[in-house]
Amino acid sequence: MWERIKEKLGILADAAKYDVSCASSGSKRKNENKGLGNASNGICHAYTEDGRCISLLKILLTNHCIYDCAYCVSRKSNDIERAAFTVTEIVDLTIAFYRRNYIEGLFLSSGIFTNPDYTMERLVLIAKKLRTEHNFHGYIHLKTIPGASDELIRQAGLYADRLSVNVEMPTEASLRLLAPDKSREQMLKPMRYLKSAIEQNLDEKRRFSKAPQFAPAGQSTQMVIGATPETDLVILHLASQFYQRLQLRRVYYSGYVPISPDQRLPAIGTPVPMVRENRLYQADWLLRNYGFTVDELLPPESPLLDMEVDPKLAWALRNMQVFPLDVNVADPVLLQRIPGIGLQSVKKIESARRFSRLTWDHLKKMGVSVNKVRYFLTTASPEYQRKDLQPQQIRQILLSQGHSKYKPNFSPQISLF
Amino acid sequence: MKTLIYDESFAGWLTAVFELYEFKWPQVTITPACRPEVTMFSEARIIITDEAKALRVWAGLKKRLSQQALEDLYRSFLSEYPGMEDRLLQYVQYVFRSPQNIESDYSHPSVQFVGNIAKKVGREKHRMEAFVRLQQLSTADAAASPGLHAASSSASLYYASISPDFNVLPLIRQHFEQRYADQQWIIYDLRRKYGIFYNLDRTDIITIDFNEGVDTGRHITTVTDPCEVFCQQLWQTYFDRVNIGARKNTKLHIQHMPRRYWKFLTEKQPR
Repeated sequence: MWERIKEKLGILADAAKYDVSCASSGSKRKNENKGLGNASNGICHAYTEDGRCISLLKILLTNHCIYDCAYCVSRKSNDIERAAFTVTEIVDLTIAFYRRNYIEGLFLSSGIFTNPDYTMERLVLIAKKLRTEHNFHGYIHLKTIPGASDELIRQAGLYADRLSVNVEMPTEASLRLLAPDKSREQMLKPMRYLKSAIEQNLDEKRRFSKAPQFAPAGQSTQMVIGATPETDLVILHLASQFYQRLQLRRVYYSGYVPISPDQRLPAIGTPVPMVRENRLYQADWLLRNYGFTVDELLPPESPLLDMEVDPKLAWALRNMQVFPLDVNVADPVLLQRIPGIGLQSVKKIESARRFSRLTWDHLKKMGVSVNKVRYFLTTASPEYQRKDLQPQQIRQILLSQGHSKYKPNFSPQISLF
Repeated sequence: MKTLIYDESFAGWLTAVFELYEFKWPQVTITPACRPEVTMFSEARIIITDEAKALRVWAGLKKRLSQQALEDLYRSFLSEYPGMEDRLLQYVQYVFRSPQNIESDYSHPSVQFVGNIAKKVGREKHRMEAFVRLQQLSTADAAASPGLHAASSSASLYYASISPDFNVLPLIRQHFEQRYADQQWIIYDLRRKYGIFYNLDRTDIITIDFNEGVDTGRHITTVTDPCEVFCQQLWQTYFDRVNIGARKNTKLHIQHMPRRYWKFLTEKQPR
């Protein structure tokens, strides 16, 4: 019996691994009544050999699926081994891993069997058992099955920290092409429902502190990139709408890993677009935390992100008229736009310049990468003062300093050794 | 020149700071009893840790620093970094001679020192919260009902060895108390030869006499408990299968999970 559990774990972990989200932060669930666990910190307990964080037991309830989405390993027409866990097995597995400090909690998704409600019901049951029978306060992320009823989604929100509906494709046309069984509306409907349910719950919590929590870590979504021809501009516009209109906590971008000989998709052996994925995350981060807009990062004439330099540096090089700024007087809102200065450095600079006039040496000791910022900044000490360099020259200098850390790893050429 | 020798405790160091102000010694160096560095031209003085004196210094710091800065100061102390006693003393002297709160003067070398060291210690604390691998030492009900359920009993004792770069046990205690409130556990620092034991009620500092040769490995006993062995295999299976081969990135993997921690990590053991 134990051997079969191990086999099933292998199959169902394998099938779940293309879901990129592994966040376990953003919730404030406390341990109550001397129970098991809490969900507050966001800890990566391990990292896979591809360098991704393992924070949650990320697993499918089953990889049996009635749908046939071309980009998905679990598609109906794919000839693979199928398996299904029981509700109790997943509950026990979660507790066993949690007690050993392997994980922060559970990320549960599933292939769709029988119908969406039937599947969703089982996911909710697992979360409910963990919370009510095992006094478990660790993190739970449930995938919302498109087409599941509002009532089941509401119940899911009562037990889970985060819920997510994957939009899968950046445009409706791509979705129709690759996932004929699904529709955009089927995905947006539960997202809208969740948005209003989360808002309503926040409002209740404001008025009665004892009101039950509803998905305290909010909702997120994921789209596959590189399987279809959308530009980064299209992708980031969609993401920014999700952030603004549906108050999503995160949008995840999953570089397409070729797994199918399907004519509609990139051929097997095509490299995973990892640099592009990374640039999208950087741009996403700038949208959410640094006050950039999509149009600033991607002007209409260049709808693709620069693969050689990060989006912040690319923006700065296009807008040299803003620079150089004086570190001792510049508005923090502008300082945070300088490539090489993060939000933490901005805070430190703001505090430190009340005590003394800052020099390059001070910046270095604060952890600012002076090599990068010197083209955009002046300080109290004259050294490194920027000569009048053209953006193209600065770009070349920075590139030649070998900070393109992705080159050796993600070269499209196959390395022999 | 005076050399103050203290007992390596935080209270001991604070006592030394107190006495230096009390006796108005102009030039002082503070050194731990485990590796006292007394030069020919300095006069050694052994500090006897005094809680009351330590608390007075702490209270004085509390008036001038935020909770975060106090925490950073304590964390820097736990780094055990050679010479940190004097560097932290310089920080404290800067605090006491300044009319305003200086904790955010990041252009000052002492403030930078505390900030940098506290950050390193904080990282190690976070790593230990992530990399501790608890092992169930005995399964009371395993024989009665073998299976996954028995592999996660709250009735048994869980154990983990660690060997952190800094003395972070005092910093991670609360995290594990809050998380594993319903199971008994021991986390043992092999390098510093002490551990913390939570017995469902409170957490105590303990020391264990190991047999020779244990210090280098991760097991205190050969794990024979079938549930524990099975559970470790499950975790290894999960770790192997969740990897995407097409995205292999060894450099990033090692950057996040430095090799020195592998010997304690279940998933990095040979299969």
